[in-house]
Amino acid sequence: MGDFEPTIIAFVCNWCTYTAADLAGTARLGYPPNVRLIRVMCTGMVDPKYVIKAFLEGTDAVLVSGCNPGDCHYINGNYKARRRIKLLKEILPQFGIEDERLRLTWIGASDGIMFAEIMTDMVAQLKGMGPSEAKTAMVI
Amino acid sequence: MAKTAKINVTEGNLLASLQGFFKAVLRVEDISAILVPQHLPMKNMVMPALVTDPKQLEGADPLAPAFPMNAAKIASRLTRKPAGGKVAAVLRPCEIRAFIELVKLKQGRMENVLLVGIDCLGAYQNKDYFKFVGDNVTESTTRFYQNVLSGKGAAMKEVDLSPTCKACEHCIPGAADLGIGLFGVDTANQLLVQTQTPQGEELLTRLNLPGSQEPAGRQKAVNAIIAEKTTYRDNMYQEIAAATNSLEKLTTYLANCVNCYNCRVACPVCYCKECVFVTDVFNHEPIQYLRWANKKGVIKMPTDTVFYHLTRMAHMSTACIGCGQCSNACPNDIQVMELFRAVSSRTQEAFEYQPGRSIEEEPPLSVFREDELADIVGIGHA
Ligand code: SF4
Ligand code: SF4
Ligand code: FES
Repeated sequence: MGDFEPTIIAFVCNWCTYTAADLAGTARLGYPPNVRLIRVMCTGMVDPKYVIKAFLEGTDAVLVSGCNPGDCHYINGNYKARRRIKLLKEILPQFGIEDERLRLTWIGASDGIMFAEIMTDMVAQLKGMGPSEAKTAMVI
Repeated sequence: MAKTAKINVTEGNLLASLQGFFKAVLRVEDISAILVPQHLPMKNMVMPALVTDPKQLEGADPLAPAFPMNAAKIASRLTRKPAGGKVAAVLRPCEIRAFIELVKLKQGRMENVLLVGIDCLGAYQNKDYFKFVGDNVTESTTRFYQNVLSGKGAAMKEVDLSPTCKACEHCIPGAADLGIGLFGVDTANQLLVQTQTPQGEELLTRLNLPGSQEPAGRQKAVNAIIAEKTTYRDNMYQEIAAATNSLEKLTTYLANCVNCYNCRVACPVCYCKECVFVTDVFNHEPIQYLRWANKKGVIKMPTDTVFYHLTRMAHMSTACIGCGQCSNACPNDIQVMELFRAVSSRTQEAFEYQPGRSIEEEPPLSVFREDELADIVGIGHA
């Protein structure tokens, strides 16, 4: 398992976490290259289908990350996202997709350092957990 | 204040007594029609029927162990716009719960309907009902309710209640205008009628039924039935958990699925007008299938089977009322109800939501609070 490099699919809000990731990049903060950023206009538009599909395609983790409470540019998209993540966190673990593989964070536009730290920590956690089942198993 | 009355039963004939009651309901001035399970004259089957002529109620049979569809969908069709008169709908408890969920989703309205619920004796699966029913439907139904109410149980010859009904702890109608009680009631002589809403009280007043009281033994009888079903249900949850607790096992569980989507067509609370899985979103480019196949060297066709079921769970599991029509509709005998109820029990508990309990409770995914669910944010440390 030593050379296992996890893949993280991250749905990041344009107004905050995406900007934070950008900031981490321009400030040369260095974070692991395991994350695939998918920029969305708001976490409120992350349909549960996107998350499910990412897992069935074999991602090791999904991160949904948006604006801090009170800061969502569409007023309450992040609160709606939180309910959906809660829902998925009840459903997916019943089928062996561990709770820790689905994460929700609030990372503000100026939190480049926080973004880099969270990525580093998530990768370390996932290396400890090993690859997700869908990576190798045949899922119909 | 709930009111209690009774329907007198003559010669132990429950069907005739209920038919008489339905006739009386239909005679109430502003009730234009009654929706009730009815014998079809051309075949020994029982189907929901909309009756306006009291003479046609001779075939009304809400006690038959037949449950060909969840009639909440019919009630929704009948009430989505004013119809120029009220419909009294005689529904199973799970149909009432599904209808309440549809009303919350603006796919039905309470204004034009009076809900009449009856203690549910349960039903056989479709295929088993065909095996069970003889040429004389009334006689078959009579045999069924007599056995159940006398404590002999519902198992007969080679058929037994569907797993759905064995696991259904909500067999007493909870959110009807009028509830008709059978369990713990001396049904040889009377049926219990209880109002559950002001609308129900008004109807009862106009029906002029003899007053009555809840029999002393009723609550105990009801509790015993619910306890038995709850035990069955909890065992079922455990079996499902063991059978599906990894993606590989879930895939095995669903291996017979051909993506016909009958289960969602039959599901009363699968509310989307057009399911995304039948749109072009899932009519992938041919080259895409080859790409997918290349990834692991093989893909099962049609694709997106587990994707479909997981998405359906995300959409409707908080509203699943456990009616089992999904299992009834599956051409390949997949135990869909068992899987969906097991998942739903978790999602419903997470949001402290019980579908169909009350029209006042908002569907969990349609609302949010600012200060909630703090524990799911973050990556597991402070
Ligand atoms: S998923 Fe199955 S059991 Fe649940 S409401 Fe739909 S048809 Fe009924
Ligand atoms: S009815 Fe059965 S075969 Fe058809 S989609 Fe549902 S589970 Fe699959
Ligand atoms: S705009 Fe960032 S989460 Fe809504």
